[in-house]
Amino acid sequence: MFNRIKHLALTSSVLTAVAMGVASPVYAEKILRYTSVADAATLDPHALNAQTSIMVASQLYDGLVMRNPKMEKVPALAVSWKSVDENTWEFKLRKGVTFHNGNIFNADDVVFTIERTKAATSQMKGYVNTIVEVKKIDDYTVQLITEKPNPVLLDQLINVFVMDKEWSEKHNVTVPQDFKEEEETYAVRHVNGTGAFSLQAREPDVKTIFRRNENWWGHAAHKSNVDKVVWTPIKNAATRVAALLSGEVDLLTDMPVQDLERIKSHEDLQVMKTPQIRTIFYGFDVKSDELRSSNVKGKNPFKDLRVRKAIYHAINIKAIQKVVMRNMSIPAGMLIQPSVNGYKASVDENRLPYSVEKAKALLSDAGYPKGFSVQLDCPNNRYQNDEAICQATVGMLAKIGITTQLNAQPKTQHFPLITGRKSDFYMLGWGIPTLDSGFIFDYLVHSGGSWNGSGYGAVQTDEKIEQIRGVVDPSKRNAIISEIWANVNADLPYVPLHHQVIAWGASKNLTIPIEPNNMPRFYWAQLK
Amino acid sequence: MISFTIKRLFQSVLVMLFVALLSFFLFNFVGDPISNMVGQETSHAEMDDLRERLGLNDPFIVKFGRFLADAVQGKFGISYRLQRPVDELIAERMPATLELVFLSAVIATTLGVLGGLVTGLKPESWFSKFILTGSLLGVSLPTFVIGILLIYIFAVSLNWLPSFGRGEVVDLGGWRTGFATLSGWKALILPAITLALYQMTLILRIIRSEMLEVLRTDFIKFARARGLKKRDINFGHALKNTLIPVITVTGLQVGSLIAFSIITETVFQWPGMGSLFIQGVQFADVPVMSAYLVLVALFFVAINLIVDLLYFVVDPRLRSDLKGGHQ
Repeated sequence: MFNRIKHLALTSSVLTAVAMGVASPVYAEKILRYTSVADAATLDPHALNAQTSIMVASQLYDGLVMRNPKMEKVPALAVSWKSVDENTWEFKLRKGVTFHNGNIFNADDVVFTIERTKAATSQMKGYVNTIVEVKKIDDYTVQLITEKPNPVLLDQLINVFVMDKEWSEKHNVTVPQDFKEEEETYAVRHVNGTGAFSLQAREPDVKTIFRRNENWWGHAAHKSNVDKVVWTPIKNAATRVAALLSGEVDLLTDMPVQDLERIKSHEDLQVMKTPQIRTIFYGFDVKSDELRSSNVKGKNPFKDLRVRKAIYHAINIKAIQKVVMRNMSIPAGMLIQPSVNGYKASVDENRLPYSVEKAKALLSDAGYPKGFSVQLDCPNNRYQNDEAICQATVGMLAKIGITTQLNAQPKTQHFPLITGRKSDFYMLGWGIPTLDSGFIFDYLVHSGGSWNGSGYGAVQTDEKIEQIRGVVDPSKRNAIISEIWANVNADLPYVPLHHQVIAWGASKNLTIPIEPNNMPRFYWAQLK
Repeated sequence: MISFTIKRLFQSVLVMLFVALLSFFLFNFVGDPISNMVGQETSHAEMDDLRERLGLNDPFIVKFGRFLADAVQGKFGISYRLQRPVDELIAERMPATLELVFLSAVIATTLGVLGGLVTGLKPESWFSKFILTGSLLGVSLPTFVIGILLIYIFAVSLNWLPSFGRGEVVDLGGWRTGFATLSGWKALILPAITLALYQMTLILRIIRSEMLEVLRTDFIKFARARGLKKRDINFGHALKNTLIPVITVTGLQVGSLIAFSIITETVFQWPGMGSLFIQGVQFADVPVMSAYLVLVALFFVAINLIVDLLYFVVDPRLRSDLKGGHQ
């Protein structure tokens, strides 16, 4: 206890809380101090589709549906749902829920929220764009009507957070902020949700304080004893780890892999690990007639499946796992991770084996016995050790005669190469918020996918992808999903590398489930 | 003196324009802000639409003209990352940086002058040699290494001082100060020392060499021969004559303290303008970057101007004849 008070005293941000604790020794507030690499850019739950923004929104707001730590869908603001016909879902809403300011939650707020999420300036509209109509049946019943059957509507709704209609109208925030308007809207730094925590203070990039919402409907089920959360993002990795080691924070996400052992060996700290819903892979330009950066002129070596297979064989993923990732990765044979619908362990666990001989033979067969040269585009600030993985790959490809110039650059420069289809050979990682293969098919496999930098596209596959968007029957749908994966795994427009593993460091006084989407939810936390 | 000031002002404006042009030119290479501003689900059409609405497709000269016209009025647009007006963000962050820089400058000048005097007056003593060797460390280690080292010693091992942040701040009419609380002072110590170390070494070494130089000159010898008190000679005559270069350097160094604080602020998660800038760079947040660069240039130019004017105060020769100068 004494040690704890000393730690608290050092964290000036909670100095007043300590003073209060000393004044009333009967009950000391349970304060969870949390750090991560970046702050949320906005608190508006519909303005930005980014992980930190969704993480914050899930503390302050509720959706109709939520996931438990096992990633199963459970009721939130909706207590039950059923499909009325193939285009209509009916939701029964929870009664007796109030927003932080005391306003009553009812069907009007749901109707308003869906409309707001569909606004032109909303970035979450991808989650609701299949909804053509929201019908209020009575105060606690709504129907969502989709254009055509939508099998993943519930998964999409998880990230749609419900805002208060009256509050939004009063503060003139009925649509998310437009970047062109040169002023800040009220919802960027103010919150009125129904969530487990309300916003007590907000200083962007510095500190955000969440206060327990005693009226939250979910406390009985979640049993958190946290009264207050102080979130201080720390950008620099070494400082972030130092803050945990010195006892100034209780929970750290975005842990640098090289500090894992050090935290693990500390007597007051613990490390939690879980596979993340993000898979890292290489993509090839399989469409252009000639590569931009290669010494092979007049043809595109990546169009040849044998060349792509050769590169697959040449990558020693075990070495990358051990040396570069320090075991914080799981070698992958598939572009999706076990919690995603469509995953097949038999495929994922059967990568093409590492074999320099096979790779060389395939290259010779394809007509490149001496290899060729190409540029590898790689981000250097997006994924865990992204640049180091690419460097390792350059060495491995050299062994089969492929000379690779590494072009590692920040994500702001890297991503436009992919979305603009200007890269010959690139690294990308993909996470799946809906936990369904359809998401990755739409963006990476369909010939028109906005992140399909490979240019891959087969008419048959495209048709199947369009087909499953409207198939509701799970067994029928899953059968088509596995057909699409079979095509992708045979054609190999992408060579999978590994699924990332995330680690959180925490004080031993804290119990909180680690979640594969890397977003801690404080309403599951217990502090000793 | 008036014509001198006007000439200086005119030069300053030219410098500012050039900085604005240069920094604006650089922004063409930081990448596409759009891909950061929108989620991965956004379609190409929507991205193009946003790009058009932000005016990113306009020709360089149009963009630059618009930027200049707004900048003169103090408007720098809205941050792409934080979705708030940039002038407001900078105004919020500036006190943190200025307080840090102020304390660093005080530490650097006080310790630098004291150390310079000691090592200049008693060059052979073991204490001077100790200071000189120690100060070498200050210039040869990179700032972030010193910062991390201090954090591991004073925050992690000894648990005396916080490893990050600014502590409790008190709002004085828009100026949020850390000087008013104990936690604010505690949080200031490590970053201020980290930032001051390099400048302190520099000042120390300049004073030392100037002192050694001045003490050999005739007028000091003459003063000694006249039997003036040692203290009067050292502080009244010798030190005063070493001040010109010190003022020049200190002035310029205050400018670079502001600029260098980027690294210190990043290491200590100090919520100042520097960390705002660094995060802006990674996000391709052009409005924040341009405002910051223009502001830092403005600081440099203003400080330079003040330094030039200070010469008049310190050096009597300048007051009577502008063409004269010191050696």
